Amino acid sequence: MIWDILIAVALVIGAVFTLVGSYGLVKIDRPMSRLHAPTKASTLGVGSLLLASILDAYSSGDGSLHEILVMAFLFVTAPISAHFMAKAHIHRGTVAAAPPTLESGETWACLDKDREEQPADTSA
Amino acid sequence: MIQRLVPHPFLTALLTAVWMLLENTLSWGVFVFALILGLVIPFLTRMWWPNRPKLSRPFKVPEYLVILIWDIIVANVSVAITVVFKRNADMKPAWIAIPLDIRSPEAITCLASTITLTPGTVSADVSSEGAYLLVHCLDTDDADAVRDEIKSRYERRLKEIFE
Repeated sequence: MIWDILIAVALVIGAVFTLVGSYGLVKIDRPMSRLHAPTKASTLGVGSLLLASILDAYSSGDGSLHEILVMAFLFVTAPISAHFMAKAHIHRGTVAAAPPTLESGETWACLDKDREEQPADTSA
Repeated sequence: MIQRLVPHPFLTALLTAVWMLLENTLSWGVFVFALILGLVIPFLTRMWWPNRPKLSRPFKVPEYLVILIWDIIVANVSVAITVVFKRNADMKPAWIAIPLDIRSPEAITCLASTITLTPGTVSADVSSEGAYLLVHCLDTDDADAVRDEIKSRYERRLKEIFE
């Protein structure tokens, strides 16, 4: 009984944050701001749904820890896709305001014109 | 000798843990096989990992993870409220350039991922020399406060862990 309540709460929290993430994707009108909405769905939304899955597996007697792996891979890969989308926006100029210029004379890596001619940097 | 046979102890531990989680059972057979994989794979691929990433204070990692998970939960709620109840025109998005004190690529990657995972901020780019991180903020009145919080809350801890 207590397990059912915990599982239900985790499922509802996960569903609510996934819904808010999707709603934000539709509602927000600026491209860079829109990028923020799915980060909610992929962190707390999916995290809470996976927590429900772990709780369900334990309540039915056979523990399952696959979910930790799902979460770990998701948390490692989600920022990379967000990073690529942000870079694409900066490249195409579809941002509401240009990124700030730096005092030190450096530019942002994806706006650096010299870098495109050079071969890939293998030292890093 | 040990150094040559086990070039990356952390990778060995990680591979062992990942294999055991994939198998989803706790038994000695699975553990031994996971350990064999964890020892053989880093050894066979050692020529592609010439440098071992430096991790000077690994015992500080759990503390960092707890803070990260807590911040994800708190930030999620506040950003969800912003997204649902604030009109688009009232949001004040801002670019923030964060000057970096950390230099190792692993530490900068961790910081950038942390910033993206906590809702409300997305890391977009690094500067050409790796001295600044470009962060986009969804809704803020005080961009300097966000920069200072990221520096004191995450970067300071990552600096302790990696350097």
